[in-house]
This record gives sequence, structure tokens and C-alpha cells, in this order.
Amino acid sequence: MKLTGAQILWETLMREGVEVVFGYPGGANLPIYDAMLDYPVRHVLVRHEQGAAHMADGYARACGKVGVAMATSGPGATNLVTGIATAMMDSSPTVFITGQVASKFIGFDAFQETDVTGITLPITKHNYLVTRVEEIAPTLREAFYIASTGRPGPVLVDIAKDAQQHSMDWEYDGRPIKMRGYRPDLRPVPRQIEQAVEMISAAKRPLILAGRGVLLSGAMRELLEFAERANTPVALTLLGISGFPATHPLNLGMMGMHGEAWVNHAIQEADLLLAFGMRFDDRVTGNLKTYATGARKIHIDIDPSEINKNVKVDLGLVGDLRETLRQILDRLEPLEHADWLGQIAQEKGSNAVRDIQSLPGDEHLYAAHVIHDLWRATAGQALIVTDVGQHQMWAAQYFKQDNPHRWITSGGLGTMGFGLPAAIGAKIACPEADVWAIVGDGGFQMTAAELSTAAQEGLKVNVAVINNGFLGMVRQWQEFFYERRYAATPMRSPDFVKLAEAHGLTGLRVTSRAEVEGAIRRARETEGSVVVDFRVEQEDSVYPMVPSGADLHNMIRRPMPIAETAESEI
Amino acid sequence: MYHTIVALVEDKPGVLNRVASLFRRRTFNIESLTVGHTEQPGISRMTIVVDSDDLSIERLTAYLYKLVNVIQVEDLTSLPRVTRDLAMIKVSATAENRTHIMQTVDVFRARIVDVTNSSFIIEITGDEEKIEGFVEVLRPLGIIEMVRTGAVAMARGTNPLYMNGNGHLAESAVRV
Repeated sequence: MKLTGAQILWETLMREGVEVVFGYPGGANLPIYDAMLDYPVRHVLVRHEQGAAHMADGYARACGKVGVAMATSGPGATNLVTGIATAMMDSSPTVFITGQVASKFIGFDAFQETDVTGITLPITKHNYLVTRVEEIAPTLREAFYIASTGRPGPVLVDIAKDAQQHSMDWEYDGRPIKMRGYRPDLRPVPRQIEQAVEMISAAKRPLILAGRGVLLSGAMRELLEFAERANTPVALTLLGISGFPATHPLNLGMMGMHGEAWVNHAIQEADLLLAFGMRFDDRVTGNLKTYATGARKIHIDIDPSEINKNVKVDLGLVGDLRETLRQILDRLEPLEHADWLGQIAQEKGSNAVRDIQSLPGDEHLYAAHVIHDLWRATAGQALIVTDVGQHQMWAAQYFKQDNPHRWITSGGLGTMGFGLPAAIGAKIACPEADVWAIVGDGGFQMTAAELSTAAQEGLKVNVAVINNGFLGMVRQWQEFFYERRYAATPMRSPDFVKLAEAHGLTGLRVTSRAEVEGAIRRARETEGSVVVDFRVEQEDSVYPMVPSGADLHNMIRRPMPIAETAESEI
Repeated sequence: MYHTIVALVEDKPGVLNRVASLFRRRTFNIESLTVGHTEQPGISRMTIVVDSDDLSIERLTAYLYKLVNVIQVEDLTSLPRVTRDLAMIKVSATAENRTHIMQTVDVFRARIVDVTNSSFIIEITGDEEKIEGFVEVLRPLGIIEMVRTGAVAMARGTNPLYMNGNGHLAESAVRV
């Protein structure tokens, strides 16, 4: 069959199961777009390529399939960069396809030429430059294989325009992919499994640190079984949220910089840390010199380079988490840790004063109210996508997410502007889900143009803007560490209600606690996307907080007056 | 301490860039790096000398394995091995020091590969120490120009570097 490179591309994507592509056309990928019209694929036209990258990422995180984004050469490709780096840091299975100038012009600074494989080399799991039509199908097959196996990640395929245009006799070659230098299927040896079981059985104060690997590996059931059989409490990383039910008695909550005191203290007092698919990020450990010094450590990760990278461990198991936990469970007897669990429960009891009811409920509106009420009003069933900043931490603390893959956030890179486009991607992946983007007024404006995409696609994505008139997290750091010198953090925003209306969408404004639930209900009942502008306290801070680089047990706690109010109200 | 690392990589465009970029990005300093073909078609061999501690080398090895084009990585530092570096040194040769230079060349088992009325090019092969020693001896005589290939290394004994099988890699990648 005689096909052009562009047709071969779509033939291959169809066989990879691609149903939706997020992208933006331009000079160097016109042949791909022209051929697209003949294939059953949904194309989502974004307003900026960064949006396409985040949408593909959000799509992948919501449904586990590889997310695909497309852009033209030069500025189209460079606009993807932030989104690619975001997907890289959070191990999101994504494929980026960029058009490149014709091969004879490559290297001559042609119009809209950029060395995108060079630029994205350190922020992709792998990337390719394709200059011949014959390479298109095998390269794309490898790209999907690499993106979705082992520790997932972004793969970029840059395709010269002439390769898209040339024709060749083509038949699909579906033989298994063989790559000499790529081994996504490492597994621990039995001796290591036995050693792990011994260490777990001997521990008096064990603690599980669960990360995104739980979700990526699909090890939710195994984690639950392990925690329950070994009676071991679970602390979650920011990206591990939803991998273990938030309302489960063994769930302690999020660890790290904005983790609850009892979680971080438990880490510091544990005698065995079980790190499951997490990477001891600095936001999780604080000062490495004083981190969990009394604990032996077992680390299970599919990426060998994560073992002993930040924290030296006593036992490192390289392999798929689900399969590895299964093997451990085959040998693990039930364990009791009543004293240890009691000790944690006691501290939790004495510190839980910063529960939601602790905040003054008068005419003030706190972000915590909004998120708590959103959780209640959606019966905890919403698919939450956040942006980056204070609202993200509050959402992590107050939205008790029980359902896997219903929590999407930019953790590693901390990309402002991620929320809305990722929510659009998630909505397309899960059309039945009640998708809420929780964003700050700063991050929202970085990619607010994608409201237009949501409108054009007829998507129902609700946006909760936690609007405090500041770049809140930076302001908080200025308050704590820079003597309240608010350099460049006060921010004036447009009227978000009118902004929504300008897009043909609905906008609502909420200024008091009493209006919150009603607005959420209205937003859910309204057809089309809704932007709710929650005007919250301007100078509220996220507590507790471990200052960057400080010891994990040294937290800045909620100021006393609020804590006292709390106790009286509980 | 200096580590001598050998990497077998796929002979594809950009692989050298990927490896070099990894060292830069992970803040490792390359002392020398050489690349060339192997006995196996499609596979190149890199010898990389890097100044780092053991734990960092473990990390570096794992990072190298993350590169899709890298097939195998071995740290030869603690193994019995042969290391060779080749240098070409252009020295000024006057009527007075000509004989002295030629004697020095003989002592070091180097070779003179180009002669003019006022200069020699001397070729020397050996390990780091030998070449350093030779250069120091020549320096007072007037070195005009010098080029070195950087080290290449091979483990002693019959077995080749290349070992097939993933079990080996999994364990070596996680030596705790």
C-alpha cells in the first residue's frame, strides 16, 4: 500500500490506540494535519502548545493511556517545553510529535527551525529526529513503548516535513519491539524479597511512604492488602495521593513540607521506612542529615537510579511495585503494631486542632472552607486537578481523595498554569467524571486562554479559583522569611466572572462561607464549564510548614489564636 | 578518585551528545572521553574517566543505564585492566638537544614520527603516569604543541565486557 509519511503516522497512531490528540497546526506539520482528516481521531485545538502538553499529561494521568500532543516546528515545539518537563518530573506517559523543517534545511537556521531534540534531550525519557519516511512507523512504535513501560515518561518525535510528505510502500510491522539498551522489566531476585520480609517482620515502628509509583504500577490493592496485613500506617507523597484511600484508618495523610505534624513525626520516629514508588524528593525529606535517622529503609522502585539517590537505603528492590508487593505478600504473615499505631493516634489527636472547623466561620472565607465544602458537596467523588501553590497544598490537605487517579497535580516541576489544561485533558479521558480544576488566581491566568478550548470542545470542566489577590505561596515565603516585604506578589486580576462570560461560559462569585455550597451545586448543575471566583482571605498561609532544607520535625505551626479557637469549637 | 568507566552504546546519531549531556546535567566532570567502533557492528565503546567517589559512580552508572541507547556500563577501576592513552608531542629540536631528545624517546619507548630541521613530533603510548612523566621530561626542552587521545581501557583476562542477560544488570544496578 502506497502511503505518505503523514498517513503512516496516523496508521501507526491508530494501532497504538490513540483516540485523541491535543495540538496546534503550523507550517512544518501541515501534512500530518491534512492526513488527519481521514482518520477517526479527535483533535483538540489548544490556544497555546503548553496547554496541549498539559492536556496530554492530564489525559494520561486520568486514564493511564499514553497522552499525545502535537506542535509545529520552532515556536510550536518550544512552547511544549514546560509541559514536557512537567510530564518528565512526574513520570507521565506521553508522546510529543513535532513537525520539523524539511531535512535539507536542518542545520541552516531555516524559518521556524529549532533544534527541539537538543532542547528536550534532558527533559524527555528519550527523543528522536526522523528524517526519512521509512523511520516514521518504527520510531513511533518505539516512542509509545518507551513512554508507557518501565518508569513512564515523555518521548518526543521530531519529524522533518519531507518525511511526512514522501510516499512509500507500507505495511504495518507489528513484531515485538527489541531495543538492546532498554530494559523496562527489571525485577528483584528472591533473596531480596526474603530479606525484605525479614526486615518487615522484625520492625516495631514501620511506616509506608507511598508515592506515585503505586498509581503508575496499579498497585492500589496490593498496597491496601499489605498495609492491613502488616498493620502498618501509610504516609503519602503529594503525587501518591489517591493511591491509598484517604479515609482509611491506616492513612496518615500527606508527608513533607506541608505534611501534618503527626505524619512527619512518625517518619522521624519510625524504625523501618517502606518507600513504595517514591523518590525521597527534598520537599518530602527536609534536611537529609536528620531524616529518619533511626529507621532502616527499604526502597522499591522501578527506576534503579532512584535507589540510593537522595537517601541511602538498607535494601533496594528494583522492579514493578505491584509485582514486587505481590511477592512480598506471598511470604508475609499478619503483624500487629498496636503500640506504634496508638502512639501516632495520640499525637494526631492532640494536633488535629487545625481541622476545618478550627477556622473562624464568620464573614471570612478561607480556602480550606472552599475545598472542604467541595469535598462534601461532591461526596468526595470529584476528579480534582490542581494548579501549583497554596491552593494545591490546601487541596492536598482537605480534599480527602479515596479514588485512584482522581487527584492530578504537578508535583516535581511545580508548574503554574498546569491546572486548567490538565483538567481539560482529564475530562476528555473521563467524560463521566465531575472534573474540578482548583487553581490560584496567579496560575489560572498563565493558561486561562484554554477556557476557550473548553468552550469550543463543549467540555464541562468546573474551575474553582482560590482568589486571594496574591501569588500566595511566594507571599507566604515572603511573610515567613523576608520580613513581609511583598515584592511582586500582589496581583490584580481581571473579573473572572466576566472572563468566563466572555467565553460563553458561566461565572460565579463567592465571598462568604455561606455561599460556598450553593455555588458548587449551581456549578455542577449548569451546562458547560463554570468558573467560580472564590474571594478568600488574602494573607492566609499553609500550615504546618517545614522550611526548605530544615529538619522534617521542625515545623512552623498554625498560629495559636486560631488553634485555640479550634479547640473551643470542636 | 579517578574512575575508568566503559560504556557500550548503540552507534546512532546523538548518542555522544546524550552521554556528555548527562554528565553535565548531573554535574559530573569528565576527565577524558573516547569513542570508537567495537568488534560488533552497530555498537560503539566509550571509555570515560571521571573524578568522583564510589557512591556517585553508582548513581552515574544507573543514570547511564537510563539512556535508551546505552547497552552496558562497567566501572573498570577496581578490576585488573590495561589502560592506554596516546599522545603526540611536537618539540623544538636544536642542534644541541637533538641527541638528548632522541635518547629520552628511547628510554620511554616512544617514537619519533616526524622530523624537521627545528622540530620533532613524538608519539607515545602508555598509561596516564607514563605519559605525564614523559611530558614533564620534555617540557624544559620546549613543547610546541601536544595532543592526547584520552584513555582507553580493557579488563584483563579472556571474558569480553559484553554479557547478555538482565539479571546481571538488575543486581549490579542495585548494589546496596
